[in-house]
Amino acid sequence: MRLIRNLIRTPEGAIGLGILALLVLIALLAPALSPGDPLKIAARPLLPPFTDVNFPLGTDRLGRDVLAGIIHGTRTSLAVGIAAALAAIAIGLCVGLAAGFAGGLVDEALMRVVDAFQIVPSFLLALAFVSVIGASVPVVVLAIALGAWADPARLTRAQVLSIRERDYIASARVIGMHPVEIAFKEILPNALPPVLALSAIIVAAAILTEAALSFLGLGDPNVVTWGSMIAEGRNILRSSPSLSIFPGIALVVTVVGVYLFSEGLTNALAGRRSEA
Amino acid sequence: MTLLSVENLSKRFSSGGRQVAALHDVSFMLAAGETLGLVGASGSGKSTLARILMRLIPADAGRIRFDGEDWLALTGPELRRRRAKMQMVFQDVLGAFNPRATVASVLDDPLRIHGIVPKNERPKEIATLLDRVGLSASYAERSIREVSGGQRQRIAIARAIATRPLLIVLDEAVSALDVSIRGKILELLVELQEERGIAYLFVSHDLAVLRAVSHRIAVMDAGRLVETGTARQVIDNPQSSAARALIAAVPRFATGTSAGISEGHDS
Ligand SMILES: Nc1ncnc2c1ncn2[C@@H]1O[C@H](COP(=O)(O)OP(=O)(O)O)[C@@H](O)[C@H]1O
Ligand SMILES: [Mg+2]
Repeated sequence: MRLIRNLIRTPEGAIGLGILALLVLIALLAPALSPGDPLKIAARPLLPPFTDVNFPLGTDRLGRDVLAGIIHGTRTSLAVGIAAALAAIAIGLCVGLAAGFAGGLVDEALMRVVDAFQIVPSFLLALAFVSVIGASVPVVVLAIALGAWADPARLTRAQVLSIRERDYIASARVIGMHPVEIAFKEILPNALPPVLALSAIIVAAAILTEAALSFLGLGDPNVVTWGSMIAEGRNILRSSPSLSIFPGIALVVTVVGVYLFSEGLTNALAGRRSEA
Repeated sequence: MTLLSVENLSKRFSSGGRQVAALHDVSFMLAAGETLGLVGASGSGKSTLARILMRLIPADAGRIRFDGEDWLALTGPELRRRRAKMQMVFQDVLGAFNPRATVASVLDDPLRIHGIVPKNERPKEIATLLDRVGLSASYAERSIREVSGGQRQRIAIARAIATRPLLIVLDEAVSALDVSIRGKILELLVELQEERGIAYLFVSHDLAVLRAVSHRIAVMDAGRLVETGTARQVIDNPQSSAARALIAAVPRFATGTSAGISEGHDS
């Protein structure tokens, strides 16, 4: 609670949180805001924006409602972004904790794997993964997570290694606390906050990666995504630029919102520490 | 009666390819209920000795007998159980506590781990411990970050006596505190010793502090114990150049006045 109060006290945190809350609301209420299948033909094709109150953002080449696409695209983008970030953080935490706690050979081996994943550009990795296995939402999520878990793994390990040397861990050992209890009660909760702050950036990157995959036609064909909308619009960019511009704006607003949120979160976390 | 005997303890660190002999052939004894002041310049190996005693880092060579047992041979659950008898107070009054801890949880942990009192009596015991170190029981629910440095050190002392130890190692335990608070904490430590017969290994770089609480003083210099004697002997008639340098660093020893803190009690 105090964290949220600190978060909205910073302008970037307040704006970021506002944007994210709005997007989550839109994603959750998508079926109510725009009922029906957004991929269905709704009106005459290439209706320009701001001319018909029923289709405020117009329609695309096939006569699909652009606003409906953007609303439902919010669902896909957020769902894929958050799911991929959760998966990446989960994998990163497990690997980082294992490396940090085990040390020695296990640490060496795990960190070489992390190195390998960090060297390969994550977008290429996702591209290769989806091309080989096929495009569906779970595969896209996994493909993005594969390219994103190395950073949280590295950060988690660094956190564990640094916290392990603090006096309060020595103090816990001195009173005879069991090593497992030390790991889960003393180290883990204090190692988490910076890794969680990183998760917002991973969400933003994941949303962009998903859009890029969809743009290249490697997204799930059965759901609307902003990336695929931009790709669709690209063919007639000159005559109807709005078809690409609107989903583009949605993408930019989302990514900026997530970045602001993460910025505010990092500051709030830092503020909480310096308060002490 | 000898509580602790340390024989030929050695420890090297290798940092950046360079070898540092942090401890070299250190031997000393400590009787039950006695305070041994361990003094030495920064980097002379005092904390290394304290950490080896607390089994936080391994020694390279040497033996430690504590309360009739081979202290360095203990491992695993057995070591964790025996740790109740030897406790430590750290210098860093903030860093020694988990930032998420409350005063109550700091004191509850040792009581729970060693089953000092039945579960339902722990809150009462926590209140008793707080009272013993001069804090009101209402502190229990506070976050450890909400109390002052001096109060935090009182809580650290309460945590250390919670397991009813025979020995407490204090590594620069008052060095980070204001002079006004320092004297009160030293008084509390001396009181606790008289009341419970706890032995102290009191590590400090400040001879003035050690004179106020120590029965005997041991002087360290570059990893070696260069001089041991009663507090009066070492301060009035230092034998080593290290001791003379440390005395020269305390202006009031030179002028013969003693300020603030209570006088030492020689044995
Ligand atoms: N973990 C470590 N790694 C390398 N060198 C260390 C380590 N801990 C202590 N030392 C070195 O050992 C020596 C003694 O340090 P320390 O015991 O902390 O001294 P003191 O507490 O008397 O100031 C110093 O030279 C210090 O640099
Ligand atoms: Mg030290």
